Parts: sequence; C-alpha cells; structure tokens
Amino acid sequence: MARTQINHIWALVKKDFLLEIRQQYTFYGILLYIASTIFVLYLAMGQEPEDKVWNALFWMIQLFICINAVSKSFLAESKGRMLYFYTIAGARDFVLAKLLFNVLLMVIMSLVSLILFQLLLGNPVHNPLKFVGIVCLGGCSLSLVFTFLAAIAARAQQNAALMAIMGFPLIIPQVLLLMRIANTAFSDVIQSDLLKIVLMLVGLDIMVIALAVILFPFLWKD
Amino acid sequence: MRQYWWKILCILLLLYTFIAGFLIDVPDIGNLNQTIRNLFFHVPMWFSQLVLITVSLVYSILYLRDPKPKYDLYAWQFTQTGTVLGCLGLLTGMIWANYTWGTPWNNDPKQLGVAIALLIYLAYFVLRNSMTDLDKRGRVAAVYNIFAYFIYIPMILILPRLVESLHPGGKGVEGNPGLNGGDLDPTMRTVFWPAVVGWSLLGVWMTTLYLRWKILEEKKHPL
Repeated sequence: MARTQINHIWALVKKDFLLEIRQQYTFYGILLYIASTIFVLYLAMGQEPEDKVWNALFWMIQLFICINAVSKSFLAESKGRMLYFYTIAGARDFVLAKLLFNVLLMVIMSLVSLILFQLLLGNPVHNPLKFVGIVCLGGCSLSLVFTFLAAIAARAQQNAALMAIMGFPLIIPQVLLLMRIANTAFSDVIQSDLLKIVLMLVGLDIMVIALAVILFPFLWKD
Repeated sequence: MRQYWWKILCILLLLYTFIAGFLIDVPDIGNLNQTIRNLFFHVPMWFSQLVLITVSLVYSILYLRDPKPKYDLYAWQFTQTGTVLGCLGLLTGMIWANYTWGTPWNNDPKQLGVAIALLIYLAYFVLRNSMTDLDKRGRVAAVYNIFAYFIYIPMILILPRLVESLHPGGKGVEGNPGLNGGDLDPTMRTVFWPAVVGWSLLGVWMTTLYLRWKILEEKKHPL
C-alpha cells in the first residue's frame, strides 16, 4: 500500500515538473517577478540597507514570492482533470504531491532571490552556510502553509488576494521564528535557543502537513 | 425544552462581577492602583473569546463529519460572537494600557496575538461570504476554521517567547511586579473565575439568540 502511494505521489510530482518544463510559464514568470521586485527594491533603497532592514525585506519578499509561486498550483487544474486524479490517486496522494512540488519550487525560488539580494542589496550575512539552511527551511515552511491556503482559495474560486488575506495572519508565527533565527546569521553571536526554534519550526511544518492531509479530502469532495 | 437556569446563572455571575469587582479590596501594586479592577472585565473577555472559538471549532469538525447546515451556522455564529468579545477585550485592554503603560498600543505579544486573531476571523468571514453554494461554503469555511484554529493556538503559545511582554508573566523587565498569572491574589481570584464563567455564558447566550433569529428567518424565507 505504502509503495503504490509513493509511486502515485512521485508520478504526480513528475507530472507537475513536466508541465513546468514544457509550458515554462509559471517558472519564468516567478523568476521575472523575483528579479523585478528585487530590482525595484534596489532602486528604491538607493544604498545598502542595515542588517535588520535587510532581513525584514528579505522575508517580506519571500512571502510575496511564495503567494505568487503557489497560488496557481490548484487553479491550473481543470475540474475534469481534478476528478481524474481524484479517482486514480486519491485526495491524500494528490495533496502530498502538491505540497512536495511546491516545497521544491519554493526552495529554488528562495535561493534565487537570496543570490539576487546578495548581488543588489549587499551581503550582511556572516555565516552564509547557516543562512542558506535557514532560507531553505523558510521556503518549506512558507510554501506548506500557502499551498493549503491555495487549495482553499481555489475551491472558493477566489484569486490570490483572498490567499493573502487568509495567509498573512496565519504565517506570522513562522515568519517571526524565521526572522529570529535568521538574525543569528548576521553576527557571530551564538544564540543558545537556536535549536529549540528550529525544532519549533519543524514541528509547525509537520502539523501543517498533518492538517493538510486530514482536511484536504473534505475540501475536494463533491 | 428550553433551559434557562444558565441564563439566570449568567446574570447573577455578571451582577456579582460588577458589584464585587468594584467594591472588594484589591491589592495595591505599583502603578496599577485601582485599574487592577479591569482584570475582571478585560481578561475574562479573552477567555470567553477562546471558549467561543473553541466551540466553533467543535461545530466545524461536526460539520465535516456530518454536513448539516445547522452546524455550519453554529460554527459561523460562535466565531462572530467571539470576535465581538475579542474587540471588547481589545478596547478594554487598550484603555487599561493607556493608563498603566503610557500608550494604548505597546507591541505586546498578547496585543499582537489578539490583533492576529481578529485578522484570522475577519478573513474567515470574507471567505465564507465569498461563496454562494451552501454545501461548498460550509465545507470550505469549516476547513479554514479548523486549519486557522490549529495555527492560532500554537501562535499564542510561541509569540510571548519571541516578543518582550509587559503582561504579567512576560519576559519584559517592566512587567507588573507581584502579579503573575500563577499567583493571582486570592481575593481577586474569587471574583476573577466567576467573571470568566459569566462572560463566557453571556457570549453563548448572545450566540443562541442570534441563531434562533437566523433559523426563524430561514424558515420564513426558505431558499
């Protein structure tokens, strides 16, 4: 049983990747979105921002990138195709595949935006390896929450605006935790509760996955 | 059979809260002076908001298990009353903060927590009203309600660890000395807990009244 499930999820993720590669619409769209947002930010700032401002801007930009990257993931599927996936793979496999795909997509996008930030807005990061790790973790956390909200918004036939309304209050704990641990990468000060915060974030992520798996079948039942 | 003993209990408890709350001897702590009496109004409103959104969560789960329109209506209405009590709690808290901490808004984690709760539940109303199909509306709203609740509760546990707090039991140095969440003065405790129950019952009462009105209206104008 577990084996077929993994096969299903793998097939669905592969399908999303193939679509992405063939259509090349979302991927390049988001890349361009990242590039232009950070470029506008660079022009608006005029100079290299302070560490704290850099950190805050970085995570805010991540939020908007995540909304744009993830919001289409359920709207792109037509109703007939939804029904098809539902019958051959089941709702749980489907949502797990979407979560996995969006996590991968968002991690790539986060890393791209990190590189652009470094190029255009200076590099206040003292501990690059640690910060890359935090960015990957952040990309995962953000995309998990927003994937599920995208499913809700798609079901309500709403646009990305509703996703932002629903998502911003719900994402606050993750963003605050991320900013807190990201701050540790800006100086050589050792923060003692770093591991605790990382574990808290991972715990939140696991909870979001569990909620998505439990609640998604209800959302898509017709 | 309509039960009314708890409504009488609610009135008695709230009368007791108002009379005793203004008359009993309160401990004199730092710059709080007599404003400490606000504890009987401000804090219980929070508690009852939490109670009401928890009840709403239960109805949302019930709706997903057995989609009766009644459950959806209940879940929606309980969050609505919860939000009203949340606003009242915020207002009373802001008045209190204005006199003891200097400004109505101090970026205190508990203030942030309630602001987030208001945003979450206002988004819930927007989401629910954006759909017209009754069955779908019920299901999507219930799913969001459950999801939001399980993110909100960890959040109010995590936030105080991250942001400096002026509230008792918080990390801030300027927190009220002597008054910790744990060691509430015994005389105040005799008013505080009845006040919590009283305000919660008032919230439930308001909700049931509104629900009865809604159900009657639906009977009169069936869809």
